[in-house]
Order: sequence, then C-alpha cells, then structure tokens
Amino acid sequence: MILSIVHRATGVALYFGTLLLAWWLIAAASGPSAYSYVQGFMGSFLGRLIVFGYTWALLHHLLSGIRHFVWDLGYGFKPNERETLTWGALIGGITLTVLVWIVAYAVGGGR
Amino acid sequence: MSNARAKSMRTPLGRVRNLGAAHSGTGDFWRQRITAVAMTLLIVPVVVVVIMLLGRNQAGAAQILGSLPIALIMLLFVVASCWHMKIGMQVIIEDYVHTESLKLIAIMANNFFAVTVAIASIYALIKLSTGV
Repeated sequence: MILSIVHRATGVALYFGTLLLAWWLIAAASGPSAYSYVQGFMGSFLGRLIVFGYTWALLHHLLSGIRHFVWDLGYGFKPNERETLTWGALIGGITLTVLVWIVAYAVGGGR
Repeated sequence: MSNARAKSMRTPLGRVRNLGAAHSGTGDFWRQRITAVAMTLLIVPVVVVVIMLLGRNQAGAAQILGSLPIALIMLLFVVASCWHMKIGMQVIIEDYVHTESLKLIAIMANNFFAVTVAIASIYALIKLSTGV
C-alpha cells in the first residue's frame, strides 16, 4: 500500500533530479571549468548523497514501474503475488543501487 | 422536435469517437507506458555510460558523450524521461490541485520545465557530438 505513494514520491524526486543530468550534460558541453565545478559538487559528501539518492529513486521507480506493467497486463493481483512484487521492487531497488555503486567505485574510483 | 438530441448534428457514435468535450482520451496513458518501456530498455546502457564517465576530465567525458551510439542512447533517454516525467507530474497535479487557476499555472509550469530540461540536454548532446 505504502509503496504506491513511494512510486509517486520517487517520480517527483526524479523529476527534479533530471536537473542534475541536464546540468552535467551542459557542463560537459560547456568546457573544463564548468565540468570540474560539477565534478566538485557531485564528488562532495552532499553531492554523493544526492546522487546516491537519485540512483535509488531511479532504480526503485524502475522496478516499481515494472510491477505496474505486470498489473497493466492483468497479472499479479492475488494477495501473495502483490506482496511478492512489492517486496521485490523494494529489496531489488536497494540491492541494485548498492551494486551499481560498488561497480561505480570499482571502475571509476581507480581513475 | 426541439428536444436536446435534435440540437446536435453529431451521431452518438461520432461523439464517442471524438471523446466529447474532453477531446482526448488515453493518449497520455499510452505514451507514459511507451516511454517507460523505452527507459526500461535504455537503463542498462545509460548506467554503463555514466560509469564510463566517472573520474574522467571534461575532455574525456566530451569525447565519450560525443560518440554517435552513446549520444543516441543519451538522447533517447533524455527524450523518454522528460516526456514521461511531464505526463507523471501532470497526473499528480490533476490529482491534488483542484483550484482551476492554480492547476492551469502548475500544468503550464510543468510543461515549461519538462521542455526546458529536454531542449537544454538535447542541445548539450548535439554540441558534444558536433564539437561546435
């Protein structure tokens, strides 16, 4: 039940989070000083926290959205199926976020 | 025969087909699903691209983002996400904002925001690809 509003909340977070993506792309297109400013911000503790939150919101919204696809197609309405889908989205979102960040640190941290 | 039905020249079927006063029907519902499927397909390549860019300087990032396949992936993702978020936010506005004037302002602001983010990102990607 509560996951329904979390889907919406993560959607709203991602709505404003696209500003980060746009800012980053514009900075890359602008030049070295703009880009290093973005990198400085994203690399700070606050920046990492925001990007971590963005990663989770994105992946949770994705999995929660796939749950909605299953429902749109007419499946998964039994109580136990609903529970499985919901917990799957919740646990899957957190797990994938941690995995992406481990890979990001393993690949990007060395550069 | 001056009853209510005689006032309209439209047949009931015609009214249903044209969705009456609403003028539009399930278009946004459908587009939200199309963009969702698009992003579901694009998420893995996009995450890979972002990870490829980590720790690189502007020249390195610009070179990667400027390559054609990567620029196309990012363009598709930006278009799908801006479209999707515009529809999603409009649904939220329509659910919670009931004052007509405020609702109109919010929906306009939503459209402006989504289009601005999309165009700004698209412009940046085109600039990175063409090196102008």
